[in-house]
Amino acid sequence: MAKGRRWESRGDSIVLMLLIVAAGSICTSATNFQPVSDAHRSAAVELFTPVDGSFASIEDTYEAVQIFKILGIEGKGDVRGIACSLVSEVLGTSSSPLKELFYAVKVSSLLKCDAKDSHFEVTASILKSIPSDAKSLNDLYYSIVGLALIKNQIPEADVLLDDVDGIFQAIKALSQSDGRWRYSSDNPVSSTYAAGMALEALAGVISLATNEIEQSKINAVKSDILKLFDSIEKYDDGTFYFDDKAGSVSPLATTSSVVRGLTAFASSASGPVNLPEDTILGLTKYFLSIGVPGDAKEFFNQVNSLSCLENSRVSVPLVLTLPTTVVSLSSKDKLKVKVTTALSSRSPPLKVKVVQAFISGSKDVSVIENQELVFDEEGSLHVLDLPASIDVGKYIFAFEIVFHNSKDGKIYATGGQTKVPVYVSGAIKIEKAEIFVLDSDIGSIGTRKQLNFETENDVSLAANHLQKLRLSFQLSTPQGNVFKPHQAILKLKHEKAEHIFVVGNSGKQFQVILDFLGLVEKFFYLSGRYDIQLTVGDAVMENSFYQVIGHVELDLPEAPEKAPRPPLQRRDPFSRYGAKAEISHIFRAPEKRPSENLSLAFLVLTLLPFLGFLVGLLKLGLNLKNFPVASVPAMFAILFHVGVGAILSLYALFWLKLDLFTTLKGLGLLGIFLMFVGHRILSHLASSSAKLKSA
Amino acid sequence: MVRSTGDDVLALFHSLRSAYAATPKNLKIIDLYVAFAVSTALIQVVYMAMVGSFPFNSFLSGVLSCVGTAVLAVCLRIQVNKENKEFKDLPPERAYADFILCNLVLHLVIMNFLG
Repeated sequence: MAKGRRWESRGDSIVLMLLIVAAGSICTSATNFQPVSDAHRSAAVELFTPVDGSFASIEDTYEAVQIFKILGIEGKGDVRGIACSLVSEVLGTSSSPLKELFYAVKVSSLLKCDAKDSHFEVTASILKSIPSDAKSLNDLYYSIVGLALIKNQIPEADVLLDDVDGIFQAIKALSQSDGRWRYSSDNPVSSTYAAGMALEALAGVISLATNEIEQSKINAVKSDILKLFDSIEKYDDGTFYFDDKAGSVSPLATTSSVVRGLTAFASSASGPVNLPEDTILGLTKYFLSIGVPGDAKEFFNQVNSLSCLENSRVSVPLVLTLPTTVVSLSSKDKLKVKVTTALSSRSPPLKVKVVQAFISGSKDVSVIENQELVFDEEGSLHVLDLPASIDVGKYIFAFEIVFHNSKDGKIYATGGQTKVPVYVSGAIKIEKAEIFVLDSDIGSIGTRKQLNFETENDVSLAANHLQKLRLSFQLSTPQGNVFKPHQAILKLKHEKAEHIFVVGNSGKQFQVILDFLGLVEKFFYLSGRYDIQLTVGDAVMENSFYQVIGHVELDLPEAPEKAPRPPLQRRDPFSRYGAKAEISHIFRAPEKRPSENLSLAFLVLTLLPFLGFLVGLLKLGLNLKNFPVASVPAMFAILFHVGVGAILSLYALFWLKLDLFTTLKGLGLLGIFLMFVGHRILSHLASSSAKLKSA
Repeated sequence: MVRSTGDDVLALFHSLRSAYAATPKNLKIIDLYVAFAVSTALIQVVYMAMVGSFPFNSFLSGVLSCVGTAVLAVCLRIQVNKENKEFKDLPPERAYADFILCNLVLHLVIMNFLG
């Protein structure tokens, strides 16, 4: 007895040390993940119903059967009957693909279907023949894991592998240095999903071995697992996951595959796999953070992985959750905490302590230190009475779990301190609320109206643009402290426009003063009746309100010419298809053009050199003596000049109205004509001048 | 009597005039054409300097058409000039045909760019 107690005290201190070390090393943000609950069960029944009396494939059948078994529910219809008939169909067909045989074996091992033994023997012999010359990881996986399942169901079946070392080596050969695995030796792509499959296959090999596999080989695989876990990724809220970024497999499927492989390997290998507690808890939180998935595949991955973690030899994660994170001071609620496994099964005997509770945002002041919660047997909840001095606000509570039996600390993973956000809500006191119109002269006050926000208010005020409107009130928490709500907004609503003002505060006093002299332009010079609406609200304020407290008749001066107009209201504020606000486009200002007279003057000036050219030609004595006399060359000569003139007029037309393509077409035709004619006349001229030279 | 630079310039000018008078008539026609083209270009530049280069493409098109046709005319003059030993074997009609063709292509591009 004394020895036992000494062990206990030492165990307790060791656990405390571990917890303190663990607490110091994590820096998670506050979160509250709910474990698997009845919402999951009802969703499972909906997602995994057989359609038209059968499931889509044997893989879907396996998923449905496995989920129903984990959650302990019955599906709709005769699931067992449908599943078993599909199993015997698949096992009976000799040409079923390997994947289907695998899933059929899985289903029958879960449901213990009464399939013929001969079917199993045939399947076993098919599966046995594969590993020796399998080329890919998929083949090895399906055959070996299938054989291991058959062995569990029918111990006398002939499933033991001959060349265990060879097969172990074949699987290990596909592993990469970063802990991932390839799918086959010709495929260079390595993936984390394949690593999960490989680990499961290796676990199967170990269970099917006749002799013990060398410890060194098993240790090599364990170091591969640790390398694989080096590539784990994490989100800020403390969830851990795996992601093959290049692959087409989702992070959820990849993480599930790794979890299956890890837990399978840990169960069949001798000796522990040393993974840190935070990793296991992080993986659990990742699966729980999905909530209730809407897709059957995701649901299967989530719940199956959580079940693997719960039944594994690595460590069983415990989840600390709060059924509700809002505690109301006015209804004197107590803080309730639940500790369960991820699948909502019972936890071992333990006690929960609040290590610290500090106001979110300031870590210095802690309102609760080291309080133990009282365990309530009926609801299996841990309950805490909040101290009387606690005020409304958002807090972060840091919980710690202490096991009654120190050995449980090795089996279960709690992750040290769990931080959860808690809202303490209460009724905020509103005092000295009043609204009145102030005259510009300091000291002279118009009519004052007191307000009471618990009842309806309907004040009626009148003001002109020289006066000011003042609204003020005081807010304080139940403990009498300053309270700054998230929203304290005053809205003045006119038929054609509405304006929003924030109510500022200094300490407890909240007030807003609207000086209409400065606001005249903002109000678009619209006089008339403005409704006054006040909103005061916060997440922790139980008596948040939105009230129309009255109206004010504003008398503003006339709008000058260039005043901004109020934005056009839609005919019906709730209609989507009404006219939208008009957009005024800003175009680029056109360039300044010179005056017409100047341009005309220069046009004349530009034509002057041409006239000078003509005059010069005359003065030089330009003549047409060389113009051919004979009819044929003369015709060509004329045609040549006509052709050149035609092309020039085509250009003029091009500038005036044609486009390039038409011009080019025309130019092509005229160009060919001109070439021909020009060649004739010029060669005639050349030959005649050559004749003259030689003569 | 000291000869001033003014006298030299006048003498130079006179000798140039008399030498120029000896050039063949067809070359003088080409020279006149070049002068016409260049002066048109200059007037366009002066106009742009006065009113700014807003439709810049039009300005470029106008000036470059003048300059381009002047250049082609100079090429024609080189090829037609009988004192130029390099182009002894080239018939002047061929040079003229080249001149016409190149001018037509130039003016097509100019018209496209005029805008």
